[in-house]
Amino acid sequence: MKFAVIVFPGSNCDRDMYHAAKDVLKEDADLVWYENSNLENYDGVLLPGGFSYGDYLRSGAVASTSNVMKQIKAHAEKGKPVLGVCNGFQILLEAGLLPGAMLRNKNLAFMCHQEPLAVANNQTQFTTEYAKGEIVRFPIAHGEGNYFCNEQTLADLKANDQIVFTYENNPNGSVADIAGIINEQGNVLGMMPHPERAVEELLGSDDGLKLFQSVVKNWRESYVVNR
Amino acid sequence: MLLTGDISPEKIEQEQLYLDMGLSNQEYDMVKNILKHRPNFTETGIFSVMWSEHCSYKTSKPLLSKFPTKGPHVLQGPGEGAGVIDIGDNQAVVFKIESHNHPSAVEPYQGAATGVGGIIRDVFSMGARPIALMNSLRFGNLTTDRVKYLFQEVVHGIAGYGNCVGVPTVGGEVQFDDSYEDNPLVNAMCIGLINHDEIQKGIATGVGNTVIYAGAATGRDGIHGATFASGDLAEDSDKDRPAVQVGDPFMEKLLIEACLEVIHSDALVGMQDMGAAGLTSSASEMASKAGTGLEMNLDLVPQREQNMNAYELMLSESQERMLLVVKQGREQEIIDIFEKYGLEATAVGEVIKEKVFRLKQHGSLVADIPVDALAEEAPVYQMPSKEAAYVKAFQEMENEIPKVENHAEMLKQLLQQPTIASKESVYDQYDSMVQTNTVVMPGSDAAVVRIKGTDKALAITTDCNSRYIYLDPETGGKIAVAEATRNLVCSGAHPLGLTDGLNFGNPTNPEVFWQMEKSVEGMSEASRILNTPVISGNVSLYNQSKGNSIFPTPVVGMVGLIESLEHLTPSFYQEAGDVIYLIGETKAEFGGSELQNIIQGKYEGKAPSIDLQIEAERQKQLLKAIRQGVVQSAHDLAEGGLGVALAEGTFSGKGLGADVEVSGNPTAALFSESQSRFLVTVKAEDKGQFENIIDHATEIGSVTANNEFFVRTKDKVVIEEDARALHELWKGAIPCLLKSKA
Repeated sequence: MKFAVIVFPGSNCDRDMYHAAKDVLKEDADLVWYENSNLENYDGVLLPGGFSYGDYLRSGAVASTSNVMKQIKAHAEKGKPVLGVCNGFQILLEAGLLPGAMLRNKNLAFMCHQEPLAVANNQTQFTTEYAKGEIVRFPIAHGEGNYFCNEQTLADLKANDQIVFTYENNPNGSVADIAGIINEQGNVLGMMPHPERAVEELLGSDDGLKLFQSVVKNWRESYVVNR
Repeated sequence: MLLTGDISPEKIEQEQLYLDMGLSNQEYDMVKNILKHRPNFTETGIFSVMWSEHCSYKTSKPLLSKFPTKGPHVLQGPGEGAGVIDIGDNQAVVFKIESHNHPSAVEPYQGAATGVGGIIRDVFSMGARPIALMNSLRFGNLTTDRVKYLFQEVVHGIAGYGNCVGVPTVGGEVQFDDSYEDNPLVNAMCIGLINHDEIQKGIATGVGNTVIYAGAATGRDGIHGATFASGDLAEDSDKDRPAVQVGDPFMEKLLIEACLEVIHSDALVGMQDMGAAGLTSSASEMASKAGTGLEMNLDLVPQREQNMNAYELMLSESQERMLLVVKQGREQEIIDIFEKYGLEATAVGEVIKEKVFRLKQHGSLVADIPVDALAEEAPVYQMPSKEAAYVKAFQEMENEIPKVENHAEMLKQLLQQPTIASKESVYDQYDSMVQTNTVVMPGSDAAVVRIKGTDKALAITTDCNSRYIYLDPETGGKIAVAEATRNLVCSGAHPLGLTDGLNFGNPTNPEVFWQMEKSVEGMSEASRILNTPVISGNVSLYNQSKGNSIFPTPVVGMVGLIESLEHLTPSFYQEAGDVIYLIGETKAEFGGSELQNIIQGKYEGKAPSIDLQIEAERQKQLLKAIRQGVVQSAHDLAEGGLGVALAEGTFSGKGLGADVEVSGNPTAALFSESQSRFLVTVKAEDKGQFENIIDHATEIGSVTANNEFFVRTKDKVVIEEDARALHELWKGAIPCLLKSKA
């Protein structure tokens, strides 16, 4: 499977995402600079964390208007997987690929530590390797991770089983303890916690491995079927 | 805006305007002699900033020469952006510490943020990728609104900048004392990783080569910041707020990536960041080091404000700017790389043969100065030195054991002292994990960062107990270095070298200069014996306000190498049943201790004694035991002594406790701050092997389950607590202080 890790000016988890895909999962991956990129030959798109465009205006707002987003939308429309983590999630929200918005953490401070999460939906192509309700530990590192949406959107998210990860001890004030959501089609996942920082026991957790393994496994199966 | 056009050289001399700019009468005369004419306004500004303490080290230079700076692994000692030490496999570690004290006292968020930005530039200007940040902070006690504000905003500033640029802040230290009330210390350290063949230097060689300016445009911020940092803080220092720079971490992130791409081009000759004294110091130092001259056309310098004059352009300390020297004719290759990242890069001058620093603006010559006069030939002063008056009395005091009725209560009080208490509320705000290398997170003796693609890791610490240095600068200086090495050894590393962040009061006070002299002598001796050459550093003087000087605070930033991840050793207890050993002997030493602070509310007496030969031998033995795999955990004894270390061992959330028996007077056993001691746990089956390696290890008890924490003497229990309760007190102390009303 071949991943494109999109690099915006100010992305700073791009190398970490690349390391997880390439060195730990041993899959094919490229760092793709946001300009002059062509995503046609990639099977999956990874939007890494960081501070694209310095988070100026609003987190993810400037990146969401860049040319590469058109390609990412086209990629998503084909049903191919898109994973946005942290700033990547914020970009997906700003681009309208996922519903809702981010507020500043309720304590108004940046926070960075491991958080226990529950796998609320294990029937997505990102989570099939987890058990439903499984508790996993992922690092969080954000100042604006307080997920917000209106009541109707929340009702829809629940009705469609779009809430994929929830916080066990809600650290930032997110609505309904939401840590990660998926689009209705089930191929665009956005989450604030960092699975790419949880792929090696040495660094404190390898609970994120199953997320990437799910993506690869499901892609392989569909690839074989669609051939 | 300064209107300088009508300030003639004559007026500068007659009205002694140079005094306000920081030059003394004598220095002004030297300048006249060098130039053979009266300096104009721009030239006067350039000399005053280059000859400021901050840039020239004119009073500290004679002391700095005492530091051992060489070693078989040292690839670059002091003098460049940062020092470089070989770690094998064609890799090297690059590091430096730098202070941003004065700006942080006036504008804490930007002061701290730009301190982080500046030290990162020092490291990537060497060609290294910044892989970790550390810091060392000092504040007054958290009892006034002003101190709380300074503390919180400094932390926000460090987080705001470091998190955005994507360099993990992996640890540091924070201490609190009244002497820092008006004069907080903000020292930031950056560590980078580089391949040997990528090491860059800030030199301007090759006559005819082009000088390129890259990064942010120059504005009117930070003008004369280096001069501001070279004087006492005054009650009206708020007026110096314009001397504080404003940082843009997004710009810095782009600059990092662009510069690390540029180093792979053989069109690059030299690169240096524009730090203190901005364009003036970077340009003149690059030429001075290369034995060349530089000519620049200031009209070409990117400017973010209109009508900036030469003085402002040369003295601005606008952030996120780099100066490069590039081979003639190949400028476009370099400019293209910066353009990819949306950064401006533009040719502003060239390297010339004549060793002068020549500046033109609007077609006329605005400065023409011999290069060496600015850098290498800056004046150096041997300041008068006099033993501080209080020291003799302190040295004559006997070491007495303070009276402690209830040891359990005292331990709880100690754990809540801000200097000892958990700093989790601070480091939780730092992204400590980005780059996915952080193996040991903040809150341990040393932070540990693995090196991808190898089995190695770097251990990093910052340390300085300024109370000991206040009591006895020479002994305290030795302890500062020794404690840093202890922190690294406990994590399984052998120390490679150090960077010093020397923070002192006003050096024209002979007693302050004496403190500087003696602490540098102590640090130098310890560096020699413990084999940790000083490869870089920074001096911050005039840390004094309202006539009160800070405690002498020469911070040690140190990096060690863990040769195999198998040697990685935690500071927390690992398993119930493990045997607890105390390495080293405990004497009744309470001078400068946390216990003394609690009981007497002041520091006096002798600093703890230290024998560096014994220290070196113990560290060698402990590292040997660690490498043989017989050490489960290791923690050095520091503030609060054995009692605090015993409790801290349980603070891992594993539900472990300890049951130990101490001998002799329990107050001395638990709370003395005797040096060269370690708390180590060992599996029962490894006791024999451990005792064969370590000479001075005393078995004092064992690790227990169920959070039970007991300390006994021969005939009674002196502490019986739930380790979880101790943990909560320790964790909650600082958030509680911040919430309470002043």
